[in-house]
Amino acid sequence: MNDLTAYGVNAPWDIFLFSRQNSFLVATNDMSRKKTTSRNRLLPKSPTGITGLDEITAGGLPKGRPTLVCGSAGCGKSMLGVEFLVRGATQFNEPGVLMTFEELPEDVIKNARSLGFDIDNLIAKKKLFVDYVRVERNEIQETGEYDLEGIFVRLNYAIEAIGAKRVVLDTIETLFSGLTNAAILRAELRRLFNWLKEKGVTAIITGEKGEGNLTRNGLEEYVSDCVILLDHRVIDQVSTRRLRIVKYRGSTHATNEYPFLIDENGFSVLPISSLGLSHDVSTERISTGVPRLDAMLGGKGFYRGSSVLISGTAGTGKSSFAAHMVDAASRRGERSLYFAFEESPQQITRNMRSIGLNIEPWVKKGLLQFHASRPTLYGLETHLAVMHKQVRDFKPRVVVIDPISNLINSGSTNEVRSMLLRLVDFLKSQQITAFFTSLSSPDMKSLEQTDVGISSIMDTWLLLRDIELGGERNRGLYVLKSRGMAHSNQIREFILSDNGIDLRDVYVGPEGVLTGSMRLAQEARAKAEKVSRQMEIHSKKRQLARKRAALDAQIAALRAEFEQEETEISKVLNQENELVQQQRIDEVTMSRSRQADKTPVPRNGQ
Amino acid sequence: MKAKTKRTAAKKRNGVSPAPGKRYDLRLYVAGQTPKSLAAFANLKELCDLYLRGKYRIEVIDLIKKPQLAKDDQIIAIPTLVRRMPQPIRKIIGDLCDTKRTLIGLDLSETDGNGSHD
Repeated sequence: MNDLTAYGVNAPWDIFLFSRQNSFLVATNDMSRKKTTSRNRLLPKSPTGITGLDEITAGGLPKGRPTLVCGSAGCGKSMLGVEFLVRGATQFNEPGVLMTFEELPEDVIKNARSLGFDIDNLIAKKKLFVDYVRVERNEIQETGEYDLEGIFVRLNYAIEAIGAKRVVLDTIETLFSGLTNAAILRAELRRLFNWLKEKGVTAIITGEKGEGNLTRNGLEEYVSDCVILLDHRVIDQVSTRRLRIVKYRGSTHATNEYPFLIDENGFSVLPISSLGLSHDVSTERISTGVPRLDAMLGGKGFYRGSSVLISGTAGTGKSSFAAHMVDAASRRGERSLYFAFEESPQQITRNMRSIGLNIEPWVKKGLLQFHASRPTLYGLETHLAVMHKQVRDFKPRVVVIDPISNLINSGSTNEVRSMLLRLVDFLKSQQITAFFTSLSSPDMKSLEQTDVGISSIMDTWLLLRDIELGGERNRGLYVLKSRGMAHSNQIREFILSDNGIDLRDVYVGPEGVLTGSMRLAQEARAKAEKVSRQMEIHSKKRQLARKRAALDAQIAALRAEFEQEETEISKVLNQENELVQQQRIDEVTMSRSRQADKTPVPRNGQ
Repeated sequence: MKAKTKRTAAKKRNGVSPAPGKRYDLRLYVAGQTPKSLAAFANLKELCDLYLRGKYRIEVIDLIKKPQLAKDDQIIAIPTLVRRMPQPIRKIIGDLCDTKRTLIGLDLSETDGNGSHD
């Protein structure tokens, strides 16, 4: 029955036909490749248009070659494929074919719509072709030899119909469950991938992750140009999506695991970590929102684009400093983004109002945006991805993360460190000032230690601490470090007043900085001393005045006595004079009466 | 279906029970004249002549010429035999070299006495 010669058939025409076509395509491909490689160009790439993915693949997927995207169920393989096609059709004018083996076309359309992709429209415009291949084991009976030419024909038809440059096969492994002859399947898949290559289409082939293998049926053996592994890991009941490029033949690529998100705008991968330390720095300074804190930081505040850590025990006012910072930025007309991991935006707004800081208008004006979530909502990486995305969307100049210590709880120290490093690097590269608050344990010894892990990546570190003295707890602040500026070395006390944060003068006593009522007492003592000294001076002055007055009085009395005597003496003298005069008059009168010698009479007093 | 099986049970021949009065509308999908396709066609012809004489119609569809038809009948493998009539649709892939399996696939199974199948 299998004797072919009985039917006079010697040449397998269809294979011959295809191989001829193939060899033609190989030739053209080689020519085009030569053209590009002759200029020492890297492998030609097909950009995916997916945020971040093009960055870590250094330009996209290998053009004209199949890429294997594998991962466990629900990791987003299909979504990646669909987005690759949609973005190809809309952004790069490369029509695409989606051959789906699992989902019905209606479901694909529905799912894609939830990501904001209008697939109906693309299909109508002949930018996208969706072919659903149903493989039902119980519908199919196998007898004897066969091949998968049916799939080739369908794929070829679809590609020709719209001139497709991109193809997604999702998930071709379904064939393994539908057909029993694995030997034929393997041979045919190998042929299919080669055929795709020769067709010159950029293809994504998805595959379910298997035990110990990248894919359940070892597809990675056939697709060897580029392999992307998607992962959806759950650690401590928190899931994180990650992407890793396992292999990319002929191209440099980033090798790390990158967190990614699937949200209402589709896929986004976080390319950060390869940023390194080459970012620009600014000499511009920005206010902390607390004038006296600016004064402590060389009189000008933080550097723009620097990372600031403010750590302290519970209730030391970390968030208040953050709010001041945000308020100051808003006053300058800059946008700021506030990631709250402990309080809801409403709560923060209310609490800040109690210290006279009304940040609500900034929210309404669009200068301030809150993003509140519980740290346990998702894993570190996802948090990072969310933050990254938010920052990219909102483009703030100041970012507050309040607090990072909560995030630390959702991962190991190493993870947190690397995550923060990536975040800090990213923010720095964008010249965004980052303000982190961190809750440290109240144990005095570990106050600085807990933050050691992250402190080295911070430019400025403000430490808030409770100072317990004289039966009171008061808030103290000092600048532990601040790179690139002269900063105060004093411990300052600060008060959360109705008018915001108020830094106080320092009173250094024998036991260190005096705070709270001890400081008040010291202030009062000093004041009293000053007053009493002044009073002493006053009384001395008065004494002097009194003495002078007494002396004056004495002088006056003496003078009066003298004057009295003087008048008395002159009176006596006058009387004497008058007597002498009278005598003379008398003598004259007498002599006249006696008719004595005429003597000239002196006219005295007349 | 029940009525049909009653009647077929009476008329079974050689253990093979074609649906009486029904025409078998078969379609063989091929892609060019490959050895497998040619073998399948030959095997099918032989089988039909043996069991379904005068009651069948074979339509050979070359997907190289009419690729758009592959989608409608969900063809993945070549050659594929589709039994379009009588309903339900059944598919057999391969060169049909195994007559027994082909008969099972076509729902012409050799019954084991009680005549019930499907």
